[in-house]
Amino acid sequence: MKSARSLMQYYRLLSRWPNRLQLPSQTCIRCASSQPKITTHYSIIPREGDERWKDIEMERYADEADVVIVGGGPAGMSCAIRLKQLAKENGKDIRVCLFEKAPELGGHTLSGACLEPRALQELFPDWKERGAPLKTPVKHDKFAILTKNWRIPVPVFRGFPIYNEGNYIVRLGNFVKWLGEQAEELEVEIYPGFACTEVLYHEDGSVKGIATNDVGIHKDGSPKETFERGMEFHAKVTIFSEGCHGALAKQLYQNDNLKLREGCEPQTYGIGIKEVWEIEESKWKPGYVEHTAGWPLNRNTYGGSFLYHLDEGEPLVAVGFVVGLDYSNPYLNPFKEFQRFKQHPKVRPTFEGGKRIAYGARALNEGGFQSIPKLAFPGGCLIGCSPGFMNVPKLKGTHTAMKSGMVAAEAIFSAITDENKTSETSGLYVPEYEENLKKSWLWKELQSVRNIRPSFHSFLGLYGGLLYTGLFYIFGRGKEPWTFKGHVADHKNLKPAAECTPIEYPKPDNEVSFDLLSSVALSGTNHDHDQPAHLTLRNDEVPVMRNLAVFDGPEQRFCPAGVYEYVPLEGGEEGEMRLQINAQNCVHCKTCDIKDPSQNINWVCPEGGGGPAYSGM
Amino acid sequence: MARVLVGVKRVVDYAVKIRVKPDKSGVVTDGVKHSMNPFDEIAVEEAIRLKEKKFASEVVAVTCGPTQNQETLRTALAMGADRGIHVEIPAADYPKVGPLHVSKILAKLAQKEEAGLIIVGKQAIDDDCNQTAQMTASFLDWPQGTFASELKLEGDKLTVVREIDGGLETIELKMPAVVSADLRLNEPRYATLPNIMKAKKKKVDKLSPSDLGVEIATNIEVLEVSDPPVRDAGMKVENTEELISKLKEAGLV
Repeated sequence: MKSARSLMQYYRLLSRWPNRLQLPSQTCIRCASSQPKITTHYSIIPREGDERWKDIEMERYADEADVVIVGGGPAGMSCAIRLKQLAKENGKDIRVCLFEKAPELGGHTLSGACLEPRALQELFPDWKERGAPLKTPVKHDKFAILTKNWRIPVPVFRGFPIYNEGNYIVRLGNFVKWLGEQAEELEVEIYPGFACTEVLYHEDGSVKGIATNDVGIHKDGSPKETFERGMEFHAKVTIFSEGCHGALAKQLYQNDNLKLREGCEPQTYGIGIKEVWEIEESKWKPGYVEHTAGWPLNRNTYGGSFLYHLDEGEPLVAVGFVVGLDYSNPYLNPFKEFQRFKQHPKVRPTFEGGKRIAYGARALNEGGFQSIPKLAFPGGCLIGCSPGFMNVPKLKGTHTAMKSGMVAAEAIFSAITDENKTSETSGLYVPEYEENLKKSWLWKELQSVRNIRPSFHSFLGLYGGLLYTGLFYIFGRGKEPWTFKGHVADHKNLKPAAECTPIEYPKPDNEVSFDLLSSVALSGTNHDHDQPAHLTLRNDEVPVMRNLAVFDGPEQRFCPAGVYEYVPLEGGEEGEMRLQINAQNCVHCKTCDIKDPSQNINWVCPEGGGGPAYSGM
Repeated sequence: MARVLVGVKRVVDYAVKIRVKPDKSGVVTDGVKHSMNPFDEIAVEEAIRLKEKKFASEVVAVTCGPTQNQETLRTALAMGADRGIHVEIPAADYPKVGPLHVSKILAKLAQKEEAGLIIVGKQAIDDDCNQTAQMTASFLDWPQGTFASELKLEGDKLTVVREIDGGLETIELKMPAVVSADLRLNEPRYATLPNIMKAKKKKVDKLSPSDLGVEIATNIEVLEVSDPPVRDAGMKVENTEELISKLKEAGLV
């Protein structure tokens, strides 16, 4: 074993250059522990040349559509609906196929949510008659700053980003389900339970379509008897609407030919953890909206809570906590911050005597205007939270996601039905989508709030941000001539554990706060256990060698589903650990892919149909 | 070659956490993820394998329930069933339906469709009744092979290996017969996308229970549904002596 001093030098080397995953040669053999193989997924261990796959038929059935949409959330649905509406109005027939990895629409949808009905009004002016589930108009809007024991109310006036008059508290999963019903009526072909795992390209490099996931692969990567190849769908335009930090979008950003992220800031994120509670009727205030900032987070960690009282017949509340993923302390545990928040003396009473009935988590965008990439490229378009149109201070991204889907649909419809349109590439390039979006209210809205989230990065932290919002948004209406840039990717913000203080979290009291595993059970998440883990590691050695050694394994803390666990290595030396990946628990939040300081984790879609079973989240 | 009738039930998905309704009249099913009863998936798979081996001429999937049951039927069709029969029961009446009604319906359909073999899952994961196969066989006066973990068809002789408490029992039945599928009978295939698209074109007939002369009336009334009692926390003891003293304290020894 090398001396302690050279080990320390080695670890410092690793912490400074996260991309240098090559271990220095003289150290490697002795320091590298006998880590068991973890990753078996074919995206890391290719099947070509693998003995076990040599006799397997790998040809795929292919079909064609005019437009293929990946992801059935508000953006994807709005795009599909608008396309079919235009087709009907103009007497044209176009085939629109939409793929959604959840087995039921809305099954993987999670959001607060306070919906601004602006885009819905444009899509369906008669949404009320159609029975859209917007049942709870916002009646009271409250904002407060929490300290350990106190709650300081801050009045909310018109002009504040968080002002909610005219908006509705919705259960977004139910809203997505309703959108799905409208889409089916318009004859959109919807295929739930199918994940798109591959982008297909024409020879000229333009996007040709997608392929759905293969099924029937054992956990060790070998084929089962029931192995079936996925199916290919070719389209004139493929729409990528996978939501925040999509898996295929990540592949597109890494495609050097498309250069989608040239000229924009890196995307930054937050993690949102949400629960739905059935509370005592006496405490129920339908239409009541409350947001807090401050405790339990310190002033340099962005985040806060939301509490929405629904008005759908039962005394239900949606409560959640967001933590900006640019936090620097690897000991921070977003799940435990959320549980701790509920124990605040002013927050606790709402939940006492109540029953928790749902739990879930999802990453959300915080980069805003500066992080929007190129939106149209040959053969494809990016819509919704995937490129990221969230209005962060307003805490709303659904109305902008829908609008982007609708604008894309309009541009694509014109392009597809224009007989005179010639395209340089086999996959259709529709730059009009991006041009039209820039002229729409979506662009103006995001521009006006572009500096608010970045203003939290000063020494004044939360208070600097609030001050900036007050001066430049409420009074200045976001028209200041400068734009804060210098977004840093979230994973680069983590400091080594040795430089940080562990945080003491209170134990769950099983009345208003709970442990992680019982929470994960409430998400209804499940995956067929006999498939390769979809949390793939580019290098199986890195978790113990770097993440654990330098950052004390932050993935065991930021994952809201208990997927990552460092356990003692069986047959290893005293204190030797290994990473255990409990892939079945995954709730598809994408936080690990975002926050892994080594960027070693690559989240890929598991077999379609797996994942959480959210109902009206 | 026999025509095979397979019964499929739409149940709350096995991974979902069940919640009791506040009025204790039942469990919450609205908006909750549903899927095909896992044992019925195995039944469908076995029927399709029989057809692929040319022992069966046609596989007909049957479901009894409200409109949403069509999804379950489509899954069976996507796996390879040839056509479907949806016995429509309005959502309001569905809670009254139990194995007695379903077995009457299956018996009538078997006669109507001239089926030679009925395969169902051994039990549904929501009610755990384990009664439908047995009652159906009784109504038809057909032999039954329940808890099947292996099936072999030769002419009109059906050999069934059954999983019983003591181990495995092999019996021989003369067709026509009723079989209920157990876990180890097979591993069901995936309903792939091309097959789901093909299944859209397969025929689904709609019937009502009265078309088959079956009345949905029940003599059973559910009084209350409640959560099981919360488990008391256990405690750790240091050694055997402490264990014995704790047991004595509790008056158990």
